[in-house]
Formats: sequence, structure tokens, C-alpha cells
Amino acid sequence: MFEAIAFYLFAFLTISMFYITVTTSQALYALTALAAGMIFISAFFFILGADFLGAVQIVVYSGAVMALYAFGMMFFDTTREVKEKQGNKAIIFGLGTISAVLIVLIFAAPLVSGNAEALFPMTPGAGNTQEVGMVLFTKYLVPFEVAAVMLLVAMISGIVLAGKKMDLSLTLMNEDEIREMRREENKKVLS
Amino acid sequence: METAYLIETVIKIVVILLIFSALAGIGTYFERKVLAFMQRRLGPMNVGPFGLLQVAADGIKLFTKEDIVPSGVVARIFKIAPVITAATAFMAAAAIPFLPSFTLFGYEVHPIVADINIGILYILGIMGVGLYGPLLGGMASANKFALISAARGAAVFISYEVVTGLSILAPIMMVGSLSLIDFNEYQISNGWIVFAQPVAFILFWIAAFAETGRTPFHLIANDHEIIDGFGTEYSGMRWGLFAIGEYANMFFISFVISLLFLGGYGDGSLLGALALLGKVAFFFFFFLWTRAAWPDVRPDQLMWLCWKVLMPIAVINIVITGIVMM
Repeated sequence: MFEAIAFYLFAFLTISMFYITVTTSQALYALTALAAGMIFISAFFFILGADFLGAVQIVVYSGAVMALYAFGMMFFDTTREVKEKQGNKAIIFGLGTISAVLIVLIFAAPLVSGNAEALFPMTPGAGNTQEVGMVLFTKYLVPFEVAAVMLLVAMISGIVLAGKKMDLSLTLMNEDEIREMRREENKKVLS
Repeated sequence: METAYLIETVIKIVVILLIFSALAGIGTYFERKVLAFMQRRLGPMNVGPFGLLQVAADGIKLFTKEDIVPSGVVARIFKIAPVITAATAFMAAAAIPFLPSFTLFGYEVHPIVADINIGILYILGIMGVGLYGPLLGGMASANKFALISAARGAAVFISYEVVTGLSILAPIMMVGSLSLIDFNEYQISNGWIVFAQPVAFILFWIAAFAETGRTPFHLIANDHEIIDGFGTEYSGMRWGLFAIGEYANMFFISFVISLLFLGGYGDGSLLGALALLGKVAFFFFFFLWTRAAWPDVRPDQLMWLCWKVLMPIAVINIVITGIVMM
């Protein structure tokens, strides 16, 4: 019974948070509601007994992804309301409804027909983390490694794009050198 | 059975909340006394014996002060931000075993709210979410100093989470589990992890200062530079909630360090439990000691330290641990 109560509570909370995220015109509300919704989703993993995935959901989405969004939003005036450009409302509404119904159908179809079965049944005695590790390093080893390579490429390109004057470090320079550098920069701007 | 479990859990949560909110208040007293003695002052002396009732006086002041919400702020976010700080600090405590299990009136009590088998990951994740308190508070305040502090807070938290996670990976590889209770059991038979993993211990300790925002890395709310950072616009109990969150975090991270690296409560005897409390007291004292003895570092030095010194050392530590274990 407590499981059912918890499920409906968190389902309601998650949906209302994401509703706020899409409807509000205040950037900070959207950010906070999205982060809160991500945390409430992790509750479903905990209810299902998938503790590892629940914790990863919190760490990755709320701890890292949303924090990076927030970091990007530092450079706007977040206390002001955002004026959104809205085109044809009928098209937005129609497409949104159709895709929502489609997603529900796709996930509900196997449940209704009774064809859903676990590809990787639980190993008795193994914990949550071990289960994920076993599947990740046997069946899905190649996608895992490909993802790792893609992240490496993204990291290197990020460093190359952002890395101007990487050979200089304000920490290691003394005051005179910093002043010299500033003067040269000013010269460039003036000329 | 289920109802009994629910009642037991609720009682545990209330007890932990009460104890650690009180400890957070008394923590401010300890901080002022320790700082005072290190700077050859007396500290709070006038209210009660040795100034002990100063905590109560401060509490009354905070609770009865007018709660000001400035006109330019995003009101709802501004109001909710301190609650996030305090709530995440206490949520992280759910997976910490505070004492070994003991028998009370013939009923066995496990002093841990939820014994999930991914304890450390959960604690670190929730402590990472604690970033939203300063961040949202700073961004909603419509104040330049608060915004600077929020930006610094986000940078520090994201960077030092990397160090925390990587440094803790080597002990996890040795123990083979993410549960703090398993860590304790492992250290009974194999000795304290700090002797096997001194580098990871030091790295985690340094990162703990950044996660709690204590002095060498106190630039999130540097009073001489950006007033009180994200707390500039706050008054009364909303500001007090930030303080409660900070002190509760210091206590919880002291528990985590003792449990992970210093043998925890050992075999679960009374002596082991007292030893755990002693270790926690030492780490809490060390937070205060550092504040008296060390200057703050600059933000760019902080980033330099994280990405160019601590992170490579942590990665090398993991590689060496892996080679040795193979």
C-alpha cells in the first residue's frame, strides 16, 4: 500500500514540476522545476528497487547536467520574465498531443499484449551495482566503449575551442607580467 | 510489519533531525570558542556559564527577526533556496550509519535510516544537489555580489565533485561495495583504509573542505570581498537555514570520512561507538582549526589546484590501485 501511495505522490509531483517547466516564462522557475522533476523521477527507481540507477539519476541529471545549465544562465538577467516567440499555437498543441499519445502507445503495447519479458533476468545474490556492471561489460561492451570514445572527442574539441592562451597562467605570473599582458591587450583594442 | 517499519523510520528521522539541528546551533558556539582561543580572545562569555546560552540567544534573535524579501528578487525561488540547502544536508544523512546497532528495551535498533547498498553514491549525489541552495539563492537575489558568489559556488561544486568521486573510487575498488556498513566490516578484518590509501584520504579530505565551503575554499561567501555572497540579501531564519545546512554538512562529512577511511565504529562495541564519535569530533575541530590557521585561496588558484593537481593525482591513484589489485 505504501508503494502505491509513494508512486502516485511522486507521479503527481513529477508531472506538475515538468508542467511548470514548460508553461512558465520565468527562467529561474523553469530551471528549479526541471531540477526538482529530475530528482522526483529518481524516486521511481528507488521504489522499483533499482537503487543504483536512482542515485545515478540524481548525480547525473540534477548534479551535473542541470548545474551546467545553471552555469550558462549566470550570464543572463534571470530576474526578468522571458518573452517567448510563439508561432502557430494549433500546430504546437497538435504535434505535442500526437507525440505524447504515440509514446504512451509504444510503451503500453507490450504490456497490454503480455509480451514483455526480461532479457537479462536477475542474478540471485548479486547486488544492484554488480548487475549493471555485468550487463554493461558483456552484452553492451561495444556501445559502452564507443560512448567513451565520443566523450573523449567531445572533451578534446571543447578544450581546443575554449583554449585560447592556454600556455599562460595568471597563477604562475607575477604582477609585472600580468600588467605587461594587459597593456598589450589594450594596444590591440586601440589600434 | 510494514507499519512498524514505517513508524520506526519516522522516529529515526525525527531524532536525527532534532539532534543535528541542535548540533548545528552548538557548532556555531564551538566555532566561536575555538577561533577565540586560537586568536587569544575569550569568545562568547556573558550569556550563561562560559557563554553556553549564547546559542539560545542567537536562536531567539534569528527566529524573531523580520523576514525581509527585497522587492527586486524572484520571490518564490528566493524563499525556497535556504530550504534546499538545509533539506539536502539532512537528506544525505539518511544513508549514514551513525552508531553500531544496539539493543534498546529488548528491541534491536539500527541507527541508519535507509540501509541502501549504494550508500556512498547516494550521499555524494545528494551533497552535490546541495549546490542549488547557494546557486538559486544567488541568482534570485538580484544582487551583484550574490551572483558572483553563485557563479563561484557552481564552479567549485562541479569541479570538486570530480575530485571527491575519483578519490573515493580506489577504496571502493578495494572493498567492492558502495555500502558504508560494508566499508566498516571490511576495515575490521583488513585494517583501516587510510593506511592502504593515504593519497585518496588526503584528496577526499581536501575536497570535503570545498564541498562544505569551509575556509581555505570559503570564497563562495567571502565576507571581506563579496560581503556574504549568496546570503547578502537574506535575513532572519532564512539566513539561519543556510548556516544550519553548512554546519550539518560539516558533521555529516566528518562521519563519512571516519566511516570510509578510519575504521568507522569498528566491531560495534561501546568503545568502537565512542571512537567513532571521537573521530568525528576531531574532523569537526579540524574544520575550525583550518579556519583559524589558513588564509583563503583565490578562485583561479582553486581551479588550478582542482584540475591540474588533485584530479591527475586521483586518476594516477586509481590506476596504481588497479595494477596492484590485478
